[in-house]
Amino acid sequence: MPPPPGQTQLPDWDGLKLRVRTLIASHRVMIFSKSYCPYCNKVKELFRSMHVEYYALELDVTADGPSIQQVLAELTNQRTVPNVFVNGTHIGGCDSTYQAYHDGSLQKLLGDSKDTEPYDYDLIIIGGGSGGLACSKEAAALGKKVMVLDYVVPTPLGTSWGLGGTCVNVGCIPKKLMHQAALLGQALQDSRKYGWQYEEQVKHNWEIMVEAIQNYIGSLNWGYRVSLREKSVTYLNSYGEFIEPHKIKATNRKGQVTYHTAETFVLATGERPRYLGVPGDKEYCITSDDLFSLPYCPGKTLVVGASYVALECAGFLAGLGLDVTVMVRSILLRGFDQEMAERVGAHMETHGVKFIRKFVPVQVEQLEEGMPGRLKVTAKSTEGPEIFEEEYNTVLIAIGRDACTRNIGLETIGVKINEKNGKVPVNDEEQTNVPYVYAIGDILDGKLELTPVAIQAGKLLARRLYGGSSTKCDYINVPTTVFTPLEYGSCGLAEERAIEEFGKQNLEVYHSLFWPLEWTVPGRDNNTCYAKIICSKRDNNRVIGFHVLGPNAGEVTQGFAAAIKCGLTKELLDETIGIHPTCGEVFTTMDITKSSGQDITQRGC
Amino acid sequence: MAALQRRRLLGVSGLSRTVRALSGMGCPLGSGLAEAAPPPKAPGEDLPSPSHDPHGKNEYDLLVIGGGSGGLACAKEAAQFGRQVAVLDYVEPSPQGTKWGLGGTCVNVGCIPKKLMHQAALLGSALKDAQHYGWNIAQPVHHTWSVMAQAVQNYVKSLNWGHRVQLQDKKVKYFNMKGSFSDPHTVRGLTKGGKETIVTAENIVIATGGRPKYPMHIAGALEYGITSDDLFWLKESPGKTLVVGASYVSLECAGFLTGIGLDTTVMMRSIPLRGFDQQMASLVTEHMESYGTKFLKRCFPTKVEKLESNRLQVTWKNTDLGTEETDSFDTVLWAVGRAPDTETLNLETVGVKTNSETGKIIVDASEATSVPHIYAVGDITEGRPELTPTAIAAGKLLAQRLFGQSSELMDYDNVPTTVFTPLEYGCVGLSEEAAVQCYGSDNIEVYHAYYKPLEFTVAERDATQCYVKMVCLRERAQRILGLHFIGPNAGEVIQGFALGIKCGATYPQLMKTVGIHPTCAEEITKLHITKRSGLDATVTGC
Repeated sequence: MPPPPGQTQLPDWDGLKLRVRTLIASHRVMIFSKSYCPYCNKVKELFRSMHVEYYALELDVTADGPSIQQVLAELTNQRTVPNVFVNGTHIGGCDSTYQAYHDGSLQKLLGDSKDTEPYDYDLIIIGGGSGGLACSKEAAALGKKVMVLDYVVPTPLGTSWGLGGTCVNVGCIPKKLMHQAALLGQALQDSRKYGWQYEEQVKHNWEIMVEAIQNYIGSLNWGYRVSLREKSVTYLNSYGEFIEPHKIKATNRKGQVTYHTAETFVLATGERPRYLGVPGDKEYCITSDDLFSLPYCPGKTLVVGASYVALECAGFLAGLGLDVTVMVRSILLRGFDQEMAERVGAHMETHGVKFIRKFVPVQVEQLEEGMPGRLKVTAKSTEGPEIFEEEYNTVLIAIGRDACTRNIGLETIGVKINEKNGKVPVNDEEQTNVPYVYAIGDILDGKLELTPVAIQAGKLLARRLYGGSSTKCDYINVPTTVFTPLEYGSCGLAEERAIEEFGKQNLEVYHSLFWPLEWTVPGRDNNTCYAKIICSKRDNNRVIGFHVLGPNAGEVTQGFAAAIKCGLTKELLDETIGIHPTCGEVFTTMDITKSSGQDITQRGC
Repeated sequence: MAALQRRRLLGVSGLSRTVRALSGMGCPLGSGLAEAAPPPKAPGEDLPSPSHDPHGKNEYDLLVIGGGSGGLACAKEAAQFGRQVAVLDYVEPSPQGTKWGLGGTCVNVGCIPKKLMHQAALLGSALKDAQHYGWNIAQPVHHTWSVMAQAVQNYVKSLNWGHRVQLQDKKVKYFNMKGSFSDPHTVRGLTKGGKETIVTAENIVIATGGRPKYPMHIAGALEYGITSDDLFWLKESPGKTLVVGASYVSLECAGFLTGIGLDTTVMMRSIPLRGFDQQMASLVTEHMESYGTKFLKRCFPTKVEKLESNRLQVTWKNTDLGTEETDSFDTVLWAVGRAPDTETLNLETVGVKTNSETGKIIVDASEATSVPHIYAVGDITEGRPELTPTAIAAGKLLAQRLFGQSSELMDYDNVPTTVFTPLEYGCVGLSEEAAVQCYGSDNIEVYHAYYKPLEFTVAERDATQCYVKMVCLRERAQRILGLHFIGPNAGEVIQGFALGIKCGATYPQLMKTVGIHPTCAEEITKLHITKRSGLDATVTGC
């Protein structure tokens, strides 16, 4: 029915009502809109992204637009635009429409004609790491049809691995196990002081360690496969890329291609180590992607970079008895509290790790092939013309990681990424600019690259999408631990960040050195372990930063992180009774402020 | 909250509150300590009545009897306020003749040497683990007691020395004398040689601690047995050892003796770790059994005899079978409890009241005894937890109230603690039994999980007893009442959570806390299976 001519001087209210009603009834999606209104555009974008046709009446360019708006106000109690109707049902404005989309009621309203049910899956997740798997299992548990695509592009040296992502295969798990191997090396030295006797010659066998660790990882890979099957999640060991909205192309190792569609997508492809971009790096150097399954002992190793990955790897390699050098361009552990970072570095240095500061490699050449071979590294000073040359058996690059977002067809469907770092900007519900595409884990722009965060985000996302939940992932006060030989645990703000945010005069920093009881008998490293808390004076001395350098820092930090979530203050710390003798108890008796300048060296019990 | 306040109105006295703190079994009353406290005193009110000293002045502002954790902390704190302070410390040799230096139980025959010997045992496990992690260690591996004991004792002696120096630095007068009251402001000190010194003070703090008990009616117990007072100072290995008792002292000692390779048996009459959560206690002993410690349950010894071989023959009764059994050991260690060291203090003369059953000194919330200017802190006090950090905190706070115009009282609620058995057990707050008793099983929710520490995987260690349990109220906010953790580094794990519980943490708050991966502590932030559901609580995968 064509719209009636609208040249009457006085509004024909009955006629207008009829016209509005007819518009609503005759379009599956009817949007009363204004051409300049950003919210109206957002709603249109949503329907476009859902591949749902709509009819929009632009009230600002229609002659009797204002009258129609008046009619709508009477009919719906809503004067604003957009005013959206689906299959005759009034939805509301932009927010209500998105809300309806998230809780599924919009899809339900649209879905009355069965032929519009076009998707193979409710949810397809690209990336089977910590976040992706958690999200997929949660969604499946909520009754959704879910597919996970996971595909490991082999490293330049050909290393590849199974399901589970970085953490399980080339991250947290193997690194903590190798860290443990190094700690056990230290335990062996200590044990003699504690009365244990055995032959002096103790050597470490790299192959035995790697095999044991890889066996364990293999069992985890298998466990993930099984648990996906148990939860009826379809798993495809294929590389996924978008080829059109709601549709991906999946390519497996043999090059076979399949196509799959879904209503919603979650990007969880994670990151991979960055290379230097100098001659010889991809040919001869390894990264953490290769190290944990290296079939031979790396020998004399140069670690390039000062990220936590670099320091952790350098730490355990040295702990296993290898000659290790770390080449640092600028600062250690960027983003972490720099006082703590320097203490971490100093401890490593006293335990045999060499540091070359302010140098960057410019070339890596192979002198001899082998397992390991011999490499010659040429490096250049960042401050002058100085050149450094040295031979190593292995060069491990750990200068950072890049998001795997540039080759998965995001441009095809219009998902925006931060062009600088390849990361994906999302709103506080992990939604990208394309409403049906979400992202979690290490690829998020400005969020934390941590397994438990990805798991939490993935689970909560699934619950919001399919479980009627509204709980969002909380990225504040997330604790973390760097597993360097002396572990560094932290929660909340670094001291420099706290000063930036609150001003030095509004902070009180308490600190203390401590000597773990277990280290006394072997006479190890007195006045090395360090504890620091940063309190906000204006806020009841609330603890806004927690830092600990010492054995089992992860175990120590976890509970304090929980307390910080509950509003920990210095007063409460003082009131809490310590557990004797532990390292954690040091936080219950901190009475020296940094500003006092008092001596914090350790003086007995 | 309403229920809580109602309970408060029922009027639980300060004393019974502290009894609860001791056993870890009672119902908490939140942070309502203040209600039990006397009104803040006006400055000067604590001064002794002038009638006592006609010449107007006592020698010291404060005299502390007992130089252990609590006594030293109190003395040093008082000295910080510029007061004249003296400490009397004297170690009565054990029946076997063992004695030690300044610092009390914790430093000499408690926490410090036991954790170091525990560490020696852990390193024994580390030696085994290390081989799985690629370290080639030539067999045989064996442990030499004397090397360990020497190292531990040297460290303890350095602490003794440190305490002496600290007292000197803080200008606290130290007397190596045994003290007894001759009147309410006067204490008679006796040196080892019998020399007598009279010390007068305005305020006196009793902090003489406790000593291990011997069983009374078992022939040979005293002659041939040792206690934890002797164990840490043995020069030679105790060899095959029978540990009698089921206290934490007993299990900790038995644990490290087993760990360093000794044939060790624990004999217990009834339940292990009385006062602790019994499910956790069972897991602890179960693990010890798999670790190699032998247990003689529901048995009690009847006599100890010395054989010609110098070994000790122990006879005991098995109450299950009604039989009498016997075996020989190199060492018999009694760990059947501790008794307060008050006998020679002459407390009756000055009117300091004690509990006639336990012999412990009765104190109020401000640590005052029945005699206003005489106080007591630490293991000697009735109903208080026998823990070093509580004694230290109580001693410090007492000194601050006496001389620093503070009115802050010691809060004995939610004191965390850890049992250093081979697999450590840390806890804070209520046991499950106590929570059920206080709130009813319908009103509590217990979340639990069996987990596997990552480091155990490669080492192929059994993790059957690695377990976490959190007891919460069931009402909407789900406030946490108790947290229990068995696994490596339990002390480190529990410390921070104890704070969370102090902050009134709820289950949802804990669930919002992101874990640190991979640690054992993160399991606590992932607890989601309730006991009520009956679901399998084994953690699988990452």
